[in-house]
Amino acid sequence: MMDAAMLKEIGEIVLRMLVIFTALFTGVGYMTLVERKVSAWMQDRIGPNRVGPAGLLQPLADGLKHLMKEDITPPGAHRAIFIMAPVLVLIPAVASFAVIPIAGEGFNLQDLGLPWDWTFLPYIADVEVGLLILLGLASLEVYGVVLAGWSSGSKYPAMGALRSTAQMISYELALGLAILPVILTTGSLRLQTIVEYQGGTWFGFLPQWNVFIHPFGCLFLLISIFAETKRLPFDLPEAEPELVAGYHTEYSAMKFVMFYMGEYSAMIANSALMATLFFGGWQVPGLDLPQPWMFLVQALAFATKTFFFLFLFVWVRWTLPRFRYDQLMDLGWKVLLELAFINLLIVAALVAAGVM
Amino acid sequence: MPLASYIGLSAVLFVIGVLGVLLKRNALVMFMSIELMLNAVNVALAAFARHHGGLDGQIFVFFVMAVAAAEAAVGLAIFIALFRLRKTTDVTEFNLMRW
Amino acid sequence: MSLETLLASFATVMALVSALLVVWQRSAVVSALFLVLNLGSVAILFLTLGGEFLAAVQVIVYAGAIMVLFLFVIMLLNPAPPKQRFASGPVVTGLTFGLGVVFVAALVRGVMSLAGSGQEMSAVGPGYGSTRSIGELLFTDYLYPFELTGVLLLVAMVGAVVLARRQHHEEV
Repeated sequence: MMDAAMLKEIGEIVLRMLVIFTALFTGVGYMTLVERKVSAWMQDRIGPNRVGPAGLLQPLADGLKHLMKEDITPPGAHRAIFIMAPVLVLIPAVASFAVIPIAGEGFNLQDLGLPWDWTFLPYIADVEVGLLILLGLASLEVYGVVLAGWSSGSKYPAMGALRSTAQMISYELALGLAILPVILTTGSLRLQTIVEYQGGTWFGFLPQWNVFIHPFGCLFLLISIFAETKRLPFDLPEAEPELVAGYHTEYSAMKFVMFYMGEYSAMIANSALMATLFFGGWQVPGLDLPQPWMFLVQALAFATKTFFFLFLFVWVRWTLPRFRYDQLMDLGWKVLLELAFINLLIVAALVAAGVM
Repeated sequence: MPLASYIGLSAVLFVIGVLGVLLKRNALVMFMSIELMLNAVNVALAAFARHHGGLDGQIFVFFVMAVAAAEAAVGLAIFIALFRLRKTTDVTEFNLMRW
Repeated sequence: MSLETLLASFATVMALVSALLVVWQRSAVVSALFLVLNLGSVAILFLTLGGEFLAAVQVIVYAGAIMVLFLFVIMLLNPAPPKQRFASGPVVTGLTFGLGVVFVAALVRGVMSLAGSGQEMSAVGPGYGSTRSIGELLFTDYLYPFELTGVLLLVAMVGAVVLARRQHHEEV
């Protein structure tokens, strides 16, 4: 049934998945530490520094602690969905990384001196409609939230879940509309094409990133991804003084950790999307090295840009106060949607006139 | 996969949808069975489009999806209004017009 | 058997099983979740048929928006799972299922008699089902239905908001 060529293809895909998802999960673990350290520095304190050198093994300690906690299922809960909901939050966020490219070209494993003739491509899947897949996965992230709230069998999670869901689906519209001008000027939905389009420089020093062509689209996308990942200033549905802990009130131990992992994975995926669409992804203008060094440099550039947006997420969280729920919904429907539409119309007119 | 498999699947999905509409008590599950029927038709349209090598079937699927979205929204709104009145989702209770 | 055929067969089986479970479940929420699984498997089938744009739109619109709407309504109304699975008694239910099986057999027999339906479908050119080709068709040959669909969606939006509004009853 399977021949050698298909086995090789599957082997290459599995290798890419292992590398990228391991990097992602390590990143998720260390995001908890980054959040605590950065927030500590902003508040003029030190943050965790006991476990390991300068607190670097703190995520490990946190994970062990959560593993050993008691796993409670509330009595009114619908068991099967209660267990499934955290997984449903995690899967779309992690799956987003299947289409995001981390470098320009793949390299052959034989360049590293390894005996196998396998190519390590810079993405797990090269899909022509990559951006639509990302939008679809963003739509699927809603399910974990609404099912978590409903299956907990108690009113605070249910209300928190309904509010979170309403917030997420409202800002999905603004997200899609903010991305459309980029698709218009690039002419493709494929993420690798969008990044390649941002190569080169203007005037010799300004990289041709989309943020300079679509500043407003970038701003609207930034606001939308803050609302999609339910981070401050849009985190009323899970804010402590308002709704206990929102849709994950009744969760403990590993399931709670999975919710947090899902949230951080979504943050990382959205930061990567932001870097890819508007800031040139893996582009390092004016550099040309042989493979696999080019791969490494480009992957590092991509990681740096993603990390900048993650830092922005944490920075904004500890700086701004949160929106009230009706202000949040007003912003999504009455302000952001209209402005994103107008932005799209202007860009469409410019593209039709041949200017862009 | 041959065309017959896709059309066979579409037929079975459609019949399951019809059975859902005819047999279920919960009005929301009836709605979902209608969506199942529309979905089955989409599969058939896309399969025939591929069989003939043209894209018209896929365009039709696009429109069916848009209409299904509109119909789901309005149908659910009607159902919410009805629920407020009768306080039940059981269709056997909506029997005011029975003799 | 290529990877594509394997995927198509897997998606077919998943679609069938999830559709049956939609109708078989007592609880409305679990039915909705199985319907989402069904829509996902149909999206995979669209992919094997060369409709990549269609598969993405299926996930975004059907599984990502319409089913969320369904789940919302189910959770807002929160109906208790009914005691009986089906609306009619066992005899009528059994008869209906039997008729369903007969209907499926007749449909499949009719399809098998179509010319060329038994062999693998011919390969299509590159760019079949791509966003560009669908976009070209939508905005040239099918422009009128496209714009009408926009108006339809607007009407549906307004209608849904009006119908689901809380009515303020006047006291007599």
